[in-house]
Amino acid sequence: MNMLKPERIGLDDFADQPVNICGKAFVAHKFGALYWPAEKALIVSDLHLEKGSAFAARGQMLPPYDTRETLRKLATLIDRYRPETVISLGDSLHDSDGAARMDAADVESLHMLQEDRDWIWITGNHDPKIDRTLAGYVVEEIVVGGLALRHEPLPGAATHEIAGHFHPAARLVFHGTSLRRPCFVGNRLRLVMPAFGAYTGGLNILDGAFEPLFGMDGLDVWMLGHEGLYPVAPRLLRDD
Amino acid sequence: MPRKATDKPPQRPQPKARPAKSRTRSAALVAASEKKKSRPSRTTTSVTAQFPPEIAAWFARRGWTPRPHQLALLEAARERRSTLLIAPTGAGKTLAGFLPSLISIHNGNRKKTGAGLYTLYVSPLKALAADVERNLTHPIEEMGLKVRTETRTGDTSLARRQRQRVKPPHILLTTPEQVALLLSHPDAPYLFADLDTIIFDELHALAASKRGDLLALDLARLRKLAPKVMTIGLSATVARPSELRGYLVAQTEPETTTHLADIVTVKGGAKPIIRILEAENEIPWTGHTARYAMREVYDAIRAHKLSLVFVNTRMQAEYAFQELWRINDDSLPIGLHHGSLEVAQRKKVEAAMAEGRLRAVVATSTLDLGIDWGDVDLVIHLGAPKGASRLLQRIGRANHRLDEPSEAILVPGNRFEVLECRAAQQAAEAGDQDAQLSRSGALDVLAQHVLGMACEAPFNSDALFDEVRSALPYAGLTRSQFDRTVDFVSTGGYALRSYERFAKLRPTDDGKLRVANPGIAQQYRLNIGTIVDAPHLKVRLIAHRGAKRIPSMGGRVLGEVEEYFAEQLTPGDTFVFAGQVLRFEGIRDTEVFVTRAATEDPMVPSYDGGKFPLSTHLARRVRDMLSDPSVWSGLPNPVANWLELQTEFSVIPGRDEVLVETFPRGNRHFLVAYPFEGRLAHQTLGMLLTRRLDRIGAQPVGFVANDYALAVWCHGDISSLIAGGKLSLAKLFDEDMLGDDLDAWLAESALMKRTFRLAAVIAGLIERRHPGKVKSGRQVTISTDLIYDVLRRHDPDHLLLEAAWTDAATGLLDIRRLGTFLARIKDRIRHQILDHVSPLAVPVLLEIGVELVYGQDRDAILRAAADELIREATGDAAQ
Repeated sequence: MNMLKPERIGLDDFADQPVNICGKAFVAHKFGALYWPAEKALIVSDLHLEKGSAFAARGQMLPPYDTRETLRKLATLIDRYRPETVISLGDSLHDSDGAARMDAADVESLHMLQEDRDWIWITGNHDPKIDRTLAGYVVEEIVVGGLALRHEPLPGAATHEIAGHFHPAARLVFHGTSLRRPCFVGNRLRLVMPAFGAYTGGLNILDGAFEPLFGMDGLDVWMLGHEGLYPVAPRLLRDD
Repeated sequence: MPRKATDKPPQRPQPKARPAKSRTRSAALVAASEKKKSRPSRTTTSVTAQFPPEIAAWFARRGWTPRPHQLALLEAARERRSTLLIAPTGAGKTLAGFLPSLISIHNGNRKKTGAGLYTLYVSPLKALAADVERNLTHPIEEMGLKVRTETRTGDTSLARRQRQRVKPPHILLTTPEQVALLLSHPDAPYLFADLDTIIFDELHALAASKRGDLLALDLARLRKLAPKVMTIGLSATVARPSELRGYLVAQTEPETTTHLADIVTVKGGAKPIIRILEAENEIPWTGHTARYAMREVYDAIRAHKLSLVFVNTRMQAEYAFQELWRINDDSLPIGLHHGSLEVAQRKKVEAAMAEGRLRAVVATSTLDLGIDWGDVDLVIHLGAPKGASRLLQRIGRANHRLDEPSEAILVPGNRFEVLECRAAQQAAEAGDQDAQLSRSGALDVLAQHVLGMACEAPFNSDALFDEVRSALPYAGLTRSQFDRTVDFVSTGGYALRSYERFAKLRPTDDGKLRVANPGIAQQYRLNIGTIVDAPHLKVRLIAHRGAKRIPSMGGRVLGEVEEYFAEQLTPGDTFVFAGQVLRFEGIRDTEVFVTRAATEDPMVPSYDGGKFPLSTHLARRVRDMLSDPSVWSGLPNPVANWLELQTEFSVIPGRDEVLVETFPRGNRHFLVAYPFEGRLAHQTLGMLLTRRLDRIGAQPVGFVANDYALAVWCHGDISSLIAGGKLSLAKLFDEDMLGDDLDAWLAESALMKRTFRLAAVIAGLIERRHPGKVKSGRQVTISTDLIYDVLRRHDPDHLLLEAAWTDAATGLLDIRRLGTFLARIKDRIRHQILDHVSPLAVPVLLEIGVELVYGQDRDAILRAAADELIREATGDAAQ
C-alpha cells in the first residue's frame, strides 16, 4: 500500500534552476535535489533517515516522521522527473542501525520507489555499511559521464565532482532581515549539495571548511526557499 | 488624615504611618537592644494585646497601630481561611502577609514532623525576594523574635541550597522555579511536611501566565504534602479578583463549583494626579520617542526630588537616556535601568536610587514590580502607557504615602498617542482596570510538571489527574488531554507508536508510573522553568576597531542584546546601548564585540515598534473619544485640527463600525482600515488580508500596522475593484479568514514557529540553550522549525501543536482578539473612496519603511535577493 502522496506538480517559475558543472547541464530543485536530464538521473545527498529515532533513543523524542517526510519529498521528485536512476550521495541513514529502526510502512514505500529504476547508495561516514533492507546497489563512489559522485568532497581544488557531506547553508542579510537556508554551492567545476533529510541542519558556506574547495571567486549559491530555489550573490551572505 | 471605616478604630490619633525605611544593620541592632532594656511597654490597645509582647512592643515603639487589613489577615489565619489581600503600594502589604507567621513561629506551638519549614514566600522576581528579606529581617531583629528567614533563588550558592533542603529556615523566600525544583526531589514530602502558610506576592503579575500555571500546579502538590496549609495572596488592584481568589484554593469539584479564597481589600488612597504634557514644540505625526518634549521632561525632573521615567521598550530607554544627558545642563545624576544591562550595573542604579543619590531613572518594566525605591515623587511616562492597569501600577511607584496623591505626567509620542494618553488618564482617574483574558493552563507547562512529579516519586495517573485539576488554571482539563500529556512525557505522544521501547515513564508493579532512569531526573532539573529566553548575546567593549582579526580578549561586558538584532548588523554600523553609541565590530562565539563610536548619531534606528499592544479597554475609550466631537476641543490644537481635517476630507470612524479608506498614492493603491485592536492583531489581519487580496488579483505588495490602523498597498486599483463589484469588503473581512486562510498562513508564519518553539522548550521536547554550549549547540540541537513543519504535515493533532495554537490565540498573533473584532464589525464596514491620503492615515503611512513588512514568512526576501543578482548580472545593479 503506497502511503506516500506526491504533491501536485507546481507551476512555480522558481521551483528549479539550471546548474552547469563542467559543461554538463543539470536542474536543481528547491527540495535540494539535482536532476541530470542527459543521464536521467536524480541525485540527492545526506538523507539522514531515522535521525528522529536516533535522538529518541538518547532521550529526545523528536517526531518519528522524518523518514516518512524525506521519502515523501523524494516521491514527489521522482514523479516530477521520472528518473531511471536515483543516486543518494551518502549519510543516507543517520547511523548504521537506522535501517532496523525504520517503520515497516516506510520500508515498503522505499521499495515501491525503487521499482522500475536503479537505485544507488553511496556510503558515507554515518553509514559505512548499508543494510540489505534498503535494497539497491551500495558503492563508495561512482563516475558518471566524466563526473565523480561521492559523499565527501576531495580536499583542495578538485574538479568534475558532485558531493555532499557538508550540509551547506547560507545566511542572507538583506533589507534588514537575516535568513538562513540550506543551499547548493558550486563554481561550475564542482558542486556541493545541500542535505536533503527532513531534520538536517546546515554549515555556513563562509565557514573555513568550504574555502579550500572553491577558492574565493566564481562562487554560485542557490538558496532553498519555500516556493522556489533562488540564486543569490555571495556578497550578500554573512557568517553565522 | 482620613482613615477608612474599619471595625476596630484606633484608641488614639496616630501620626502618619510610614513603611520601614531600611537603616543600616548595626543601627537597627543598637536601637533594638537599647529599647528592649528601656521602660516597660506602652502598649495599651486591646488590638495588640493578643500579640506576643515583643511584637506589641515593637508596634508601640514605632507609634503604630496594626491596620485593619493586617488584623483581618490575622483573624483569617486563626481560622485557617486562605485569603487574597488587595492593596495599593505603601499599605503595608508585606507585614500583613507575614504577621500571622511571625506570631505563630515565635509562639512555637507547632509540632515538627518534617524539616521544620513553616512558611513559604513566593515572588516573581529574584530581586524582590532579596528585598523583602531585608524588610523582614530588620523588623524580626528589632522585635527580637526567634524566627529564621532565608532566600533561595538561582543565584543562591549550591552549598546553601543543598543545606536548605535538609535544614531549612522557618521562612523561605523564593521564586516559582525554585519551588518546582524543590518539589521534584524525593525528599519533598519531608521538606514540606510542616508547611503552614504560603504567601504569594505580586500575584496579579504572576497568575495569568505560564509561570503562574506552573506555580498553581506546584501549589496543588504542596497541598497534598501539607494538607492543612493556608495561602495568602498579595496583589495590586485588578479587574477580576475572583480569578486570583480561585487560584489560591483547591478546586475540589471542578465541574460544578469554583471555590474562592476570602478577600480583604484596602481602598486606594488619594487619587493620582495625572497630567498630559503639552510641549512648546509641535507634536509629531509619528514616532514613539517623545524627543520633541525632552526639554519639558527635563524641567519636570529638575523640579522634583526623584523621578521615574518609564518607557515601554529598551530601545526607548536608551534613546531617552541619551537625549536627557544631551540637555543635562545642571549635571543632574540620571540613571538607566533595563533588563539587558549587566546585573552589576542594574544593582548600582538600584542602590543609588535607594540612597537618594539619583534625581531620575529611565526605566522599562523591570522596575514595574513592587520594589521599594526610596522617595520617588514623580512618575513620567514617555509614550502612551498602552494599558490602564499598567499605568496605575507604575504611578503607584511614586510616593508611598497612602493618603497623598501620586503625581504623574504622560508624554504622548505622536498625535494619536495624545488620544491614548487621554484615554489612559480617564481610565486611571476612574480606577478602571484592563480586563484580563481568562486563560486555561498551558499543556506544555503541564508536561513539564508531570515529569517533575515523576522525578519526585512514582505516581498514580488517576490521583495525579485529580491533583492537577485542583489547580484553578487546570480545572477544565479533560482526562484525554491529561493522558495525552502523560503519553507525551513518556514517548513524545505521537500517533506513530515507534518510541515505546524508549519510553521515559515505565509502569511499576502497583500500577504507577516511574521514570525509566535517573538521568531523566537530572536532565529535567536542568530544564526547569517557563521563562525561555530569546537567544541573547553579550555585548563586550573592546579597545581597537575594525581589523580583520578581532582580539580574543575584550574589555567589560555592557549587557546583552537579542541575537536577531545583532545578526542584522554589519561591521561599522553604530547603535545605542547602555547609554553610549557603539560601533559594531563583529560577533565571535556568543559575544558581540563593539568599540566606542566617534559619532553621536547612531545609524541603526532606535525605533522599536513597542512591546505591548493597545489594550482593548483603552482602545474602546479612544474610539469613544473620536466619535464625540465635543471632546476634541479639550485636546491640544494639533490634534484637534488633525481630527477636524479628517472630518473634512473623510470621516471619523464611528464607535461601533470599522472605517476603511481606499485611495491612490504614487503608483500604488492603498487600503487603510482602522480597527483599533492593537498592533499584534493588526499584523495578523494584515497577513490574512494580503493573502485574500492576492487571490482576488489585487496584487498586494506590502502592509504596515500600528496600534490603531493597518495599511495595505497594492498594484491593483482597489477602489475600482470595489466599485466594479469584483472585490467585496464584507467578504474580505469575513470571519472565515480565520479558517483556511489562517491555517495556510500558519504553515509558514515565523511568529507561529516562534510560539511553537517556546512551547517545545517548556514541554521538554527540546533542551534549552545553555550559554556554554551554543557553538556546539548549533549542530546538536534540531531547529524547531523543521519539527514544526513535519508535525503539521504528519501529526496535526499533536499536543504541542495544540499548545502552540492556544498560545498564538492570545500571544504574538492575538487571534482571539482579531476574531472578536471580525464578529463585532460584521455588516458594519464603512467605506470611503478618496482621491488622496486622509489625515487619519498619515501616521500609519509614515511607518512604512521603518518597520519590517513581510519578515521571514514568505520568500519575499529571497526573491528580492535573486532579483538583485539578475539585475547585477544584466548590468543594472540597484544601489
